[in-house]
Amino acid sequence: MSGVKMTAKVRSQEKLASDIYSLVLHAPEIATASKPGQFVSLYSKNGANLLPRPISICEFDTENGTVRLVYRVVGKGTDEFSKLKEGDKIDVMGPLGNGFTLKDKKAILIGGGIGIPPMVELAKWLDCEKSIVLGFRDETFLLDDLEPSGEVYIASEDGKHGVQGNVLDAIREYEIEGDIIYACGPTPMLRAIKEYAIANGIEAQISMEEKMACGIGACLACVCKSKDVDHHTNVNNKRICKDGPVFDAQEVEF
Amino acid sequence: MNLSVNIAGVEFKNPVTVASGTFGSGAEYGDFVDLSKLGAVTTKGVANIPWAGNPTPRIAETYGGMMNAVGLQNPGIDVFCKRDIPFLQQQNASIIVNVCGKSEKDYVEVVERLADEDVALLEINVSCPNVKEGGIAFGQDPKALEQITKAVKAKAKQPIVMKLSPNVTDITEMARAAEAGGADALSLINTLTGMKIDIHRRSFAVANKTGGVSGPAIKPIAVRMVYQVANAVKLPLIGMGGIMNYEDAIEFMMAGATMVSVGTANFHNPCVTLEIIEGMKKFMEEKGIEDINEIIGCVK
Repeated sequence: MSGVKMTAKVRSQEKLASDIYSLVLHAPEIATASKPGQFVSLYSKNGANLLPRPISICEFDTENGTVRLVYRVVGKGTDEFSKLKEGDKIDVMGPLGNGFTLKDKKAILIGGGIGIPPMVELAKWLDCEKSIVLGFRDETFLLDDLEPSGEVYIASEDGKHGVQGNVLDAIREYEIEGDIIYACGPTPMLRAIKEYAIANGIEAQISMEEKMACGIGACLACVCKSKDVDHHTNVNNKRICKDGPVFDAQEVEF
Repeated sequence: MNLSVNIAGVEFKNPVTVASGTFGSGAEYGDFVDLSKLGAVTTKGVANIPWAGNPTPRIAETYGGMMNAVGLQNPGIDVFCKRDIPFLQQQNASIIVNVCGKSEKDYVEVVERLADEDVALLEINVSCPNVKEGGIAFGQDPKALEQITKAVKAKAKQPIVMKLSPNVTDITEMARAAEAGGADALSLINTLTGMKIDIHRRSFAVANKTGGVSGPAIKPIAVRMVYQVANAVKLPLIGMGGIMNYEDAIEFMMAGATMVSVGTANFHNPCVTLEIIEGMKKFMEEKGIEDINEIIGCVK
């Protein structure tokens, strides 16, 4: 099942940092079906912006039927979303993709930039020893949401917050250890995490990103190279929207 | 009220199909659309062997449309026959198979492999702008187009629909070449070759540098070409290019298309095809149109 497409009502919108926004939608069908690491497609009202925007789910609340999306304004679509107010309506499809596979192992959760939001729900679900490592460009966000779930370690490019450098610098600096990594963030970060996981002989689940069109596995826009032949098109390409976005790091080549 | 149309002796329950490549083989959209309600499902281009397609990024949004350079990634005809045709049969969908290849031999091999399959039409993709060999090389030279049409027609058991490229000086010349080669129908238009530059990264927006532009931004060009071709050849046409709603679909039919394909709009609204069919019925009711065939090419 590829999720449901529905019109959701905006419950709230809040600015978390310069270009980072938190949008809470009332979408009970999506909230009840979601798992940590999945995403939704958000649709612009402007006909000139035809393609849905894939946005990771930060949190969902089955009791209140809400889904929280934390996103960065990067273009016309996300700019339009940032102007939504309580009571406004927006078309949304989800939950999409596979999400993280939760393992009962000492965990390191790593979020880089706008890859941090999915860690909020994941951290709540993981009932095990865990460290949360966050990488920021400069401003921080979502710290209050993550701190109750585990020990939080920070790296920032300018060194204003935590360790100066990236998430792996923080892992080394604070001597963080774990048996599994769950990560979401920019491709260079994921590449470095894959190498780190292999070097340390631990499992890593990484959430990948690519430009998408359909969001449900039909158009073959958002593929990544895979080690094994994929079942869908019989080559070595996995669909990030459908087979992912979360992959075992060793399964994908990027 | 009659919505059924006929292409080369094959009857379709309504004129609405999907544009190849935007709908996979229907499995993913089956969650949103009852595939048996479509006039037909036109499947993603399939070659004789699996193709891995182009590097990513493969798509970019453009104003009122998008650009793609997927590069015809497909599982090859064996997997297609084993998995996708039985799935579509199970859904009671009428099937139009889009066939791609790098050489005449490739196309013929796929067409021969489909001879005994329950397929309504074969759409021959001689117009993909995103693969270096084959594809568009056949679609931009009238002699090459006539030759490949002849070669495919000689082996095909189902009627063949040649899919035309808009990236030519005179599309009617290509239409006549396909007609001379024995095509049973034509479909048009494939995407228009375009380019987008990411000014922040100083790079091309898609890895292939160029891609095929689709969506409502190109619709007026597509309608014009359908009209021109309808007046240049006697073959039935499948019209496409930026259809977003039933009004657009009707427009293509009035320009001369017997069927219409919905492409990019599926990404904007996965249920759009059924909404278009319902919209057409409403339009016919309001205007007192008994038979949809009345409007085909009615604007001269």
